[in-house]
Amino acid sequence: MAEVVRQKRLVPNIHLLEVYAPQVARKCLPGQFVIVMPDEQGERIPLTIADWNPERGTVSSVFMIVGTSTAKLARLKAGDEVPVYVGPLGRPSEIRNYGTVLCAGGCFGIGAIYPIARALKQAGNRVIVLVDVKAGYLFYWENRFRKISDRLDVSSRDSRFDCQGYIPHLLKGILEEEKSIDRVIAIGCTYLMFSCAEATRPAGIKTLVSLNPIMVDGTGMCGSCRVTVDGKTRFACVDGPDFDGHLIDWPELFSRRKFYFEHEIHSLSEWEKRPPREFDRDAKKTSDERKD
Amino acid sequence: MSEKTELDPKLKARLKEEYERDWRKELRKAMPIKERMKIPRQKMPEREAEERNRDFREVNLGLDAEAACQEARRCWDCANPGCVSGCPVSIDIPSFIKLIEKRDFVGSIRKIKETNSLPAICGRVCPQETQCEVVCNLKKATGVPVAIGNLERFVSDIERLEGQVFIPRIEPPTGKKAAVIGAGPAGLTVAGELAKKGHQVTVFEALHVAGGVLVYGIPEFRLPKSILKSEIDYLKKLGVEFRMNFVVGKTATIADLRREGYQAFFIGTGAGLPNFMRIPGENLVGIYSANEYLTRVNLMRAYEFPVYDTPVMRGKRVAVIGGGNVAMDSVRTAKRLGAELAAIVYRRSRQEMPARVEEVKHAEEEGIEFHFLTTPIRYLGDDRGRVRAMECLRMELGEPDASGRRKPVPIAGSEFMMEIDLAVVAIGQSPNPLIAQTTPELRVGKWGNLEVDWKTMATTLDGVFAGGDIVRGGATVILAMGDGRLAASEIDRYLKDGRGSFLRL
Repeated sequence: MAEVVRQKRLVPNIHLLEVYAPQVARKCLPGQFVIVMPDEQGERIPLTIADWNPERGTVSSVFMIVGTSTAKLARLKAGDEVPVYVGPLGRPSEIRNYGTVLCAGGCFGIGAIYPIARALKQAGNRVIVLVDVKAGYLFYWENRFRKISDRLDVSSRDSRFDCQGYIPHLLKGILEEEKSIDRVIAIGCTYLMFSCAEATRPAGIKTLVSLNPIMVDGTGMCGSCRVTVDGKTRFACVDGPDFDGHLIDWPELFSRRKFYFEHEIHSLSEWEKRPPREFDRDAKKTSDERKD
Repeated sequence: MSEKTELDPKLKARLKEEYERDWRKELRKAMPIKERMKIPRQKMPEREAEERNRDFREVNLGLDAEAACQEARRCWDCANPGCVSGCPVSIDIPSFIKLIEKRDFVGSIRKIKETNSLPAICGRVCPQETQCEVVCNLKKATGVPVAIGNLERFVSDIERLEGQVFIPRIEPPTGKKAAVIGAGPAGLTVAGELAKKGHQVTVFEALHVAGGVLVYGIPEFRLPKSILKSEIDYLKKLGVEFRMNFVVGKTATIADLRREGYQAFFIGTGAGLPNFMRIPGENLVGIYSANEYLTRVNLMRAYEFPVYDTPVMRGKRVAVIGGGNVAMDSVRTAKRLGAELAAIVYRRSRQEMPARVEEVKHAEEEGIEFHFLTTPIRYLGDDRGRVRAMECLRMELGEPDASGRRKPVPIAGSEFMMEIDLAVVAIGQSPNPLIAQTTPELRVGKWGNLEVDWKTMATTLDGVFAGGDIVRGGATVILAMGDGRLAASEIDRYLKDGRGSFLRL
């Protein structure tokens, strides 16, 4: 059992979960993840670690509400307990001074890429952060990113931003403007990671993606998270989650992500019929918290 | 395990002492061997195949007291019993059986628990026909051994159902701390034995339920979770502490735990790495490792979806690749989840199948199809990346290989298609690498197994012992428990005299 310290909505559909897990907080490194089970009937799902505090003994993740498990997580409040919170799992991201590194994130991946970008900055890199949001009000942690990046770009379909468009267009533009980019790291939905990898493929810039396939145990036991990289089957939980985006069999990954598509819809609709424990108290939040 | 080996002299002396007790002599006199041989082997009552293959409740119902006593009378109480030599944990089998004949069921279970802390589990999942029962002298004489496993199950169930679980005497606290890594059969055995010796034992488990393969692998219909739970509760009563959701190697390393004051370690992290065949299409949607399939159903209770959130795909035409117990568990699970076709696809013939005889019999009764001498060579998917068919090749048996079994050889041009919508790959597991990766001092063998001194189960790192599938690859519950017993006695010695104990290379 692990105690929830804080659970709040950052922007619509995207929440922050902070849990008291001192052993995890003591050990975790950028790029690792935890496995969480929201309640006794719940599923074990992986969440990338977005921040941690060894002194307070807490670990935070950012998640998007997509199915029953994440909907359940979004109902938690401080003082609640989750039956499973285990980690840190997976291999940490490689952090070295590469020169110039571009960190791209979308939706929950904006939170997930934050500790990696921060560590890369601390390691002496010039850090470019590229964030993809559909509209301006979905951008969270802007202040945090301002502090740790040398350049912050937003790709959006919102007229508020100078550069409207999707992430590959912006990414290509940045690649042209910047003389040399030594490495790209992307975290977000599978499509975002795929399109970032495709955008850098012509220039041959090493592009790492942090995969989040379906997992059960997260320790290499089940093989649910298998992914083909460079023609070989790898387990994202123990061999990853970071892999070279140019070597991944993306069509296979897309179809494996949809393994339980019908089940997920069925499960969520059944769960929503059950009486809620309480109303979503975080529905009304100010934009200040969003910027954090 | 099938060969009769010479017993340890100490064990032999102990058996002899029990054999010569007056009540044993009287019991032997009470019924001549000729009479005993007239009694047929008592049939294990089981649920009807067509009823049980639709749910997850236990298949075997257990012997009643009359049948158990009758079965116990079949045992000759031999002066030189074969059975004990076939048991990896050296249970005094004649004594516990004769105590049943005497209707002293409490005495019987206590006798078993002297050397086996998980009898309700062993009575259900041990391959008795290749261990104790194969070397039973009655089997040699008549071909039908005493049903030792069924009797073990009987007395352990009586004890549990009557709610009077016997707690053995625990030695005074030694003040020593031992860490057991992995709450599977090996680790649970070590924990129980060390707690009885007065050591402070903590079991670290990565999953949220203790039991290892007993909880994620073996289905409810073969080993109900309630039985496992009462065995775990028994260990807790012995003073064992459980720390769940703790991945040694990730949450903390062995070195970290040493700094926390643990003086000895037992690694029983099992064979937690599923093997695949590496054939085309194996990552299509609808192809599971047996580990994943069974974990979803057993540990995460996907058979109760959507009450439980974890889903599992329910195939209409399911092929399970392999011929071991895990394959039988998987295929019978598929049947229970509504498969119209649930088939075993095995590359050798029936005789070479490693599964327990009872599992194969149950599977056949439940309508499982068997495709022997067949192996898949690739899977074909639809436009959504879901498996729709499996191309197979027929095999024939050639010369015996290293395992002594005849090697399957493909028959050229024998390719054929099998339409399926779900496949479960149950061709074995490899040792889990997580601890070895973070503990460089541990020597790892060719198959990823930890190397140990087989006389002591000591690894290459001082004070660190290992047993079960992490050293054996995919083996059985009882062999893991046998390793655990041996390791526990060595750990006890190590903790008490503090002298270094490790495998020197």
